[in-house]
Amino acid sequence: MGALEEFTVTALMAALRSGEISSRELTQDVLARIDRLEPRLHTFITLMPEQALAAADAADRRWKAWRAEPIGEPPALLGLPLAVKDVLSLAGVRCTCGSKILENFVPPYTATAVQRLLDAGVVVVGKTNTDEFAMGSSTENSAYGPSANPWNPQRVPGGSSGGSAAAVAARMTPAALGSDTGGSVRQPAAYCGVTGIKPTYGRVSRYGLVAYGSSLDSVGVLGTTAEDVALLFSQMAGFDPRDATSMQVPVAPIALEHGADLRGLRIGVPDEYFIAGINPEVELAVKTAIGLLEALGASVQPVSLPHTAYAVPVYYLIAPAEASANLARYDGVRFGLSEPADALADLFRRSRGSGFGPEVKRRIMLGTYALSAGYYDAYYGQAQKVRTLIKQDFERAFEAVDAIAAPVAPSTAFRLGEHSDDPLAMYLEDVFTLPANLAGVPGLAFPCGFDAQGMPVGMQLMGPHFGEAQLFRMAHAYQQATDWHLRRPALAETGTAGVGAER
Amino acid sequence: MSLTRQEVDHIADLARLELTEEEKALFREQLSAILDYAASLQSVDTSHISPTSTVLATRSRLRADVPVDGLSIEEALQNAPRAELRQFRVPPVQE
Repeated sequence: MGALEEFTVTALMAALRSGEISSRELTQDVLARIDRLEPRLHTFITLMPEQALAAADAADRRWKAWRAEPIGEPPALLGLPLAVKDVLSLAGVRCTCGSKILENFVPPYTATAVQRLLDAGVVVVGKTNTDEFAMGSSTENSAYGPSANPWNPQRVPGGSSGGSAAAVAARMTPAALGSDTGGSVRQPAAYCGVTGIKPTYGRVSRYGLVAYGSSLDSVGVLGTTAEDVALLFSQMAGFDPRDATSMQVPVAPIALEHGADLRGLRIGVPDEYFIAGINPEVELAVKTAIGLLEALGASVQPVSLPHTAYAVPVYYLIAPAEASANLARYDGVRFGLSEPADALADLFRRSRGSGFGPEVKRRIMLGTYALSAGYYDAYYGQAQKVRTLIKQDFERAFEAVDAIAAPVAPSTAFRLGEHSDDPLAMYLEDVFTLPANLAGVPGLAFPCGFDAQGMPVGMQLMGPHFGEAQLFRMAHAYQQATDWHLRRPALAETGTAGVGAER
Repeated sequence: MSLTRQEVDHIADLARLELTEEEKALFREQLSAILDYAASLQSVDTSHISPTSTVLATRSRLRADVPVDGLSIEEALQNAPRAELRQFRVPPVQE
C-alpha cells in the first residue's frame, strides 16, 4: 500500500524522506481531500491553501538539499500537512475560537505548540472547527455551524476538538492539533474512531492557546495511530518560559517497538467508570480491549477512584469560574467585535452580549455566580476542595498501577440536536474525561470497537503525571494486535483526488 | 435552589453581559438546574481538605531582568476596533 493510501504520519514521513512523494504532492492531495469532503463534514473554519503550498515548496527545497547532501537529520515532520484547532494562534491567520466575537481577529504571534511543530517542518493547511471557546462536547456550539461525524453525518463528531477529530477520521489530514480542558481531545477522538492525547498539565505550553479554564487547559494531538500521535506530541512537549505553568521536565524520545509485550505493566480498572447508564456495547468493547491488554502481558487489577461521581459538578463550577475571568478580556476595546456605545460600560455589555453565543454566556453566568460574594465558599471553594479529593484518588491508584483503563464516554456519538436544549444532559456526557483534567494526569484515547449502528467506541488509558510514554507504549501494543484504528468511514474510502493518488 | 430574577440581573451586571429577556428567563431556569445538581458537593466532608488551584507544585519562576521586545504598537493596535493617535479609543468612562 502506498503512503497516500495508508495516510499515517509515519508512512508519509518515510515517503517524503525517500522522495517517493513531494510535500507539494501530499499537500495538494490533502487539499483535494478537504475539497471533496468539506461540504459534507464542515471540519474547517479557515483554509489556507496558498500558504500551505508555499510552505510545502519550502519543505521540498529542504528535502532536495538534504538528499543532495545528507548531513545531519532533517526536521522530524518536514513537509507534513497538519490541521490546527482554531483556538491556537498562528501569526497572521485569523483565530476565531468558533466565536463571532473573534470573527476578524488576526493574532500577531504564534502559539508555542504550533511554533514547535512549524520548527519541526509541518505545513499548516487550515484551522479546524470547535465549540465556541472550546466549550462543548459536539461542535454544535460553534458560531460557524456544527461539524459532522464522518461515520454518520447525522451524528456529532464530539467536541470541542470535533473538527480536528472528524478531519483525521475522514483522512482529510494525517494529524491535527486539539485542546483538552475537560475531554475535548479524547471524547471527539472516541466518537470519530481516532487516537488522541491529552498530555499532563504543564507538559505542552499553553502560550498562544486561547484561555478557557487555565488550571485545566492542555494542548493535544489527534491522529490515526498511537505512533503518529506520540511523534507529534514529543515534538511539541517541553518547557516554555512563556507559560508560567510549563514544567521543567525533560521529554525523552518515545521508543515504540514492534511486537512489544506488556509484561510487568499493571493496569487498573475502576468500577466507578463502569456505572449504570453506560451503553452496554461501550462497556463490552472496553472490557474486551482490557482483556487483550492482559493477553499482551499486562496484569489487570481493580482500582477505586471513589470521588469520580463528583467530577461533573466540580468541573462545571471550576471551569466556568476560570472562564468567566479569562473571557473578561473580550470587552470591545483592544480586539474582537465591538458594538457602538456612548459609554464605556455599555460598550462592554453590548459587545459581549452580541459577540458571545448561548453556551459561553451560560458558563460566564455560572462562573460569575460561583465566584460572587456570598457564594464563593459554598460553590467555587468547595469545588476546589473536592478537586483535591479527586486528585488524591489518582495519586493513590497510581501507587498500585501504571495506568488506568476506562471508557472515554458513556455512549457513542449522539445525534445532532439530541442534547442541544438540555445543557446538564450534555455536561453529563463528560463524566469519564473530566477527572483527568481535574487531576492534571495524561489520558490517551484510542478506538476499541464499534456499536451495532457502526459508530466507533473509544477507550482511554490514564497515567501518572508525565507518564505519556507508557500510555503510548500500551496503545501501540494494542494497535499492533488490532485494526480498529485502521478502519475508515465509507466516505473516506472513495479514493483520493490529488496528484499523488494516481501513483 | 432557584435563582431569582434579581440574582440573574445582578450576575449579568457583574459579568458586564447584556442579555435579552428570553436569555434571562432561560438562564434562570438552566442555572438553577445546574446549581441543584452541584448541590451534591455540599455533602462531601472537606473540613480537613485544602483547595486545589493548580495541580502541579510549581514555584513562580523569575526570569533574568533583561528587557525584551514585546509587540510593537502597530501590532498591538492591529486588531483594535477603534484606534487614534496610536492608542485605543473608547467612549467616555464617565458621563
